[in-house]
Amino acid sequence: MTYFRSHILVCNDPECLEKGSMEIMQALKSELSSKGLLDEVQILDTPRIGNCESGPEILVYPEGFHYINLSKENIPFLVEEQFLKGRPVNDLLAPPKKEEAQELGEPTAKEIRVVLRNCGKIDPQNIEEYIAEDGYQALAKVLTQYSPDDVINTITQSGLRGRGGAGFPTGKKWAIARDSVDGQKYLVCNADEGDPGAFMNRSVLEGDPHSVIEGMIIAAYTIGASQGYIYCRAEYPIAIRTLNIAIEQAREYGLLGKNIIGTDFSFDLEVRKGAGAFVCGEETALIASIEGKRGEPRPRPPFPAVKGLFGKPTNINNVETYANIPQIILRGADWYASMGTEKSKGTKTFALAGDVKRTGLIEVPFGITVREIVYDVGGGIKNDREFKAIQTGGPMGGCLPAEYLDLPVDYEKLTQAGSIMGSGGMVVMDDETCMVDIARFFMEFIQDESCGKCVPCRVGTRRMLEILTRICNGEGRDGDIELLEALSAEIKQDSLCGLGQGAPNPVVSTLKHFRSEYEAHIYKKECPAKVCRALIRYEIQADKCVGCTACARNCPVNAITGEAKKTHYIDPDICIRCGICKQVCNYEAVLVT
Amino acid sequence: MSKLNGNGRDVNKIVNAAVTEYHSKPEELIPILLKVNQELGFIPAEALELISERIHIPESRVYSVASFYRMLSTKPTGRHVIKFCESAPCHVAGGREVWNALLKELMIQPGETSPDGKWTLKTTSCLGVCAVGPVMMVDDDIYGNLTPGQIPDILEKYE
Repeated sequence: MTYFRSHILVCNDPECLEKGSMEIMQALKSELSSKGLLDEVQILDTPRIGNCESGPEILVYPEGFHYINLSKENIPFLVEEQFLKGRPVNDLLAPPKKEEAQELGEPTAKEIRVVLRNCGKIDPQNIEEYIAEDGYQALAKVLTQYSPDDVINTITQSGLRGRGGAGFPTGKKWAIARDSVDGQKYLVCNADEGDPGAFMNRSVLEGDPHSVIEGMIIAAYTIGASQGYIYCRAEYPIAIRTLNIAIEQAREYGLLGKNIIGTDFSFDLEVRKGAGAFVCGEETALIASIEGKRGEPRPRPPFPAVKGLFGKPTNINNVETYANIPQIILRGADWYASMGTEKSKGTKTFALAGDVKRTGLIEVPFGITVREIVYDVGGGIKNDREFKAIQTGGPMGGCLPAEYLDLPVDYEKLTQAGSIMGSGGMVVMDDETCMVDIARFFMEFIQDESCGKCVPCRVGTRRMLEILTRICNGEGRDGDIELLEALSAEIKQDSLCGLGQGAPNPVVSTLKHFRSEYEAHIYKKECPAKVCRALIRYEIQADKCVGCTACARNCPVNAITGEAKKTHYIDPDICIRCGICKQVCNYEAVLVT
Repeated sequence: MSKLNGNGRDVNKIVNAAVTEYHSKPEELIPILLKVNQELGFIPAEALELISERIHIPESRVYSVASFYRMLSTKPTGRHVIKFCESAPCHVAGGREVWNALLKELMIQPGETSPDGKWTLKTTSCLGVCAVGPVMMVDDDIYGNLTPGQIPDILEKYE
């Protein structure tokens, strides 16, 4: 068999033929011939390369470059660049296929934007644009007309609950901090948004930083704090920069610093950067980190409202909680309480990710159903596959199956269903997702992020990960499920902080809703979703394989044999189940069993 | 007395600049360490000692903090640091295939530095750009919508 280093596939569908694909083929031949490359590069004609809309089109293998809208005039340059110099011609390449990847698009009918109302609409680096959108009016109203008790009453009436995930009533939290008697009090904003897949806070910090700053000044006035910190994770350099610009501008306008807008109230703010530790999102660990120590949690009580930063009373709220405050003051507690459910008022931002058509940031009123979020806001499942599960609440959250599609989303309902609200990450999974693999995946994350201070979390999560890993590797044993359940109960009960207490959640929820998948892995040595490598094998279907050799050429371990234009075969003993053959096959001939 | 480290950088000078920038405050230990880490690529033992002397806290505590946080390194790193996002949205979006391609191309394991000192491979917690997952960072550049096939081309861009 002759060896060609490259193959050019020219589309010969009627549409492309009409647009001149034969001329392209001729031009390629003569150009390759004149460069002496005809015995190195093979030209083939084939149907179905793209959708012919941008024909004539060709594919170049082994790289898989897809060139579109070609004309004879392009060919000499293309041949020289691609086949002599070995680099692609970017101007002629088809744009990469992708679903809409807009972080924050126009709101859909089911969305209401309170926290995100200014994001993408105003220049976050210009305080005047925020002021033009009623910015700092709430602050002026509070400082001139409200006593701290008035603010607490308004916030309590609005029903606002902590958006960091636990859902503690914000008015109550402020009242406790206000009642703590001490000369010095601190205010902290938790912007250590570490949940994988959650980037709601980043968008607010980058798109509307003043709403957070205004909320913080109002909170500081209410509890009597003179110094505030925004603890932002270092993975968000743009958010940190935007915040610093906003704080500087607020100082210039007399909104931060001494005697804010001419009153005798003084308050200033500083941004503190994290250094990459997930556990610092826990409030006591966050306080330790601001103090320049290891970010390890400590037992509560005493709660930070009594003894927090530098041993002083400290109020900590999440970015989104603070960003809601100015709107509640301006538009009234009743307006805010009119949205949502009985116990969960207002709106919540979520970062929708995974296998939905429209991923990105959304803000919806509480009480919206999972189905509305996935199908109306998210546009449904990618590639029109089946919905399998939705993971809410970040790594300590849970997975809910299709039976829960009509569940109204609020703090209580999610908890009852076996998941949590968390900070607002939502990962949608289709039927190609293995739930045991997902549980193992989250356990790996938690085990890695466990700070190591308390034994149940440090050792327990490691044991759980080992069990999950062996189940995924096809080495699960009878009794493993029970062992996981026992460990889950103990870790939940005995861990020091929310990280450990929530750590077993992914396992508990997947065991509750997808127990049969665990059983299939352990007892039948099967992975129903065809994900776990040790439990699957790749096969080439004879009726679909055209013998294009793409799989054999791309196989990293040379497990695939077969002559050109004849059916290929995968040796299961050599195959490492990397799946590259399935990816490169244009004929869907590779089957996973 | 000035000490030069392997890269020929003056550790003493860099530590002093960082400590001065943050007014020698013990509670600013993390920003100081981040600064030194950024300048040197890691925090060598002599830097830990110098910081301890300058801000008057025990060296054990400086080390305890330097070894706790993911973004601080007490070991030398390669010329380029790859941080691969291992979070669920990237995982679900095909991150595993990209990760395997990366391991194959670099021939090192996570946490390791290549023998030629060019690459250090790390995993990172969520970078918050999940809309374009799978995602990785090479130094300060973010790459999104990754496919296994793009990995060699991306790595080739770096000297």
